[in-house]
Amino acid sequence: MKIFSNKNFVAWYFVFPVAFIHLFVIGIPSLASLALCLTDWRGLGEINYIGFENFIELFDDRYLKKAIINNVIWTIAFLTVPVGIALTCAYLLTGIKRGQMFFRLAFFFPYMLASVINCQIWKYLFHPIHGLGGFFERIGWDLLAVSPFTMKSTSLFAVAFVDGWHFWGFLVVIYLTGMYQVDNHLYEAADIEGATKFQKFRYITLPMIRPVFVFSIMIIIIWSVPVFDYVYILTGGGPAYSSEVIANYMYSQAFERFDVGYSSAIGTLMFFYVMIIVALFGLFRKAGWDI
Amino acid sequence: MIVAKYRSREVISNYIILIIFALIAILPLAVLIFNSIKPQMEFGVNPLGPPSEIRFENFSEAWVKGEYAKVFFNSLKLVTGSVFLCLAVSLAAGFSLAKLNPKGSAIIAVYLLVGISIPAQLYIVPLFLLWKEIHLLNTHIGLIIIYTALNAPFATFLIRSYMIRLPDELFEAARLDGANTFQLFFRVALPLSWPVILTAGLIISLAVWNEFLFALTFISEEGFKPMATILFAFQWRFENNYALQSASAIMMVAPVAILFMLFQRRFISGLTSGGLKG
Repeated sequence: MKIFSNKNFVAWYFVFPVAFIHLFVIGIPSLASLALCLTDWRGLGEINYIGFENFIELFDDRYLKKAIINNVIWTIAFLTVPVGIALTCAYLLTGIKRGQMFFRLAFFFPYMLASVINCQIWKYLFHPIHGLGGFFERIGWDLLAVSPFTMKSTSLFAVAFVDGWHFWGFLVVIYLTGMYQVDNHLYEAADIEGATKFQKFRYITLPMIRPVFVFSIMIIIIWSVPVFDYVYILTGGGPAYSSEVIANYMYSQAFERFDVGYSSAIGTLMFFYVMIIVALFGLFRKAGWDI
Repeated sequence: MIVAKYRSREVISNYIILIIFALIAILPLAVLIFNSIKPQMEFGVNPLGPPSEIRFENFSEAWVKGEYAKVFFNSLKLVTGSVFLCLAVSLAAGFSLAKLNPKGSAIIAVYLLVGISIPAQLYIVPLFLLWKEIHLLNTHIGLIIIYTALNAPFATFLIRSYMIRLPDELFEAARLDGANTFQLFFRVALPLSWPVILTAGLIISLAVWNEFLFALTFISEEGFKPMATILFAFQWRFENNYALQSASAIMMVAPVAILFMLFQRRFISGLTSGGLKG
């Protein structure tokens, strides 16, 4: 009985609830999924072990291939456009004195909004008759006359744009916290040497904010994997799978076709990809990258 | 003088670029506000501009047609339930990981860190079947438990990093006065931690209020749905009634906007310190 009043054991009481709830909701179902991906289970009836058949099927699935390519495009798009805009805005913000707080709040506020709200706003704005299309027509421009969500060539980018519009303000704030830690003397010295604005950014700001920058790159890569809300709400992956992403495809396999084994295989693939990314960044840190 | 002139020119160009981006961030929200008080008749002729006549009846109409009294209550129930449960478990764990450091607790910390980056797509199907099995589908308590698990790792680390900075002397002194571990937690740690409790509570509320995937999957019965999924259904039900749609959207945004105005710093620092996607 003594062990239960032991100080060390009491300390464990405090961690137990979190560990229990997390294991119950996320840990054990995750393990179940890692096991179910080797079966042909459909949610009911017998569970048959079928080895790696789901994965073989997976590599033959052209819709999944399309979804994976779209996720890669999505990741690249997010690593460039919002990062570029956010770096520019954060850098410009450090150069002004008045109104800094206003800009910061204005950029950040869309990040606070629910995906349903952002989607509704942009569904309206991209509406060909109402929204921007109708406005441009009235002033005689032939712009956005068709909703970009409904065209095969643009649907993925239109959805990514809406998510990016909501997300980039978050990056501005992250970069700003890094930039405020840069010593002002460095800029003053560069001014005396006659450095241009871009040179100062390239040779002082960027190296100094490397830790936050690498952090932002890592979370963008990780967060680009389970993208779901915006695709599901705006296009449902269409038209003709042009904006399909892995998470949305997996959702339809799971909850429309009830193919538990197959959807678990997709989930397993996503999980290992994310873990590899996390491990890579961990290795970089160990290798002295100062992240 | 030349330097000063160059400087002011530079500053003006900075402002111009920043204002353009601020407008891109804010104007879509302005359109949403305009639309929420615009008569439905006016949408054909004036899609983007401010309304010619302010019509607040959109709100009452949306409130009644969408039965938002009930929907609001559903969302509020989910938020308060999740905030209380999640804070309770995370405060205890954060305290233990910060001040008690039981042997082997590093395993829990690593487990929670891995837990943050597991994509929901890995476990959502088995979780759904489990919830079906134990009759937690279409219940608020079922969703509250899920939200607690989803937000607990983040909240635990936020609380831990705050409590670790509380001076050890306070705890040692209380120990000498004969306080046991529970008293250390309730009498010493908690009263000193209200700033982090507030921050974590706000972030959890926001995450739960806005959450879509789990609300969509685990609540299919109309009467139990929260704001997010009702609004999604509303977008289909009243597809061309932009006045009603926008008024409902504003009702969902308003509480967030008010809290953001009051606690901007907490929201910004809380959201950027962890890894939490809204």
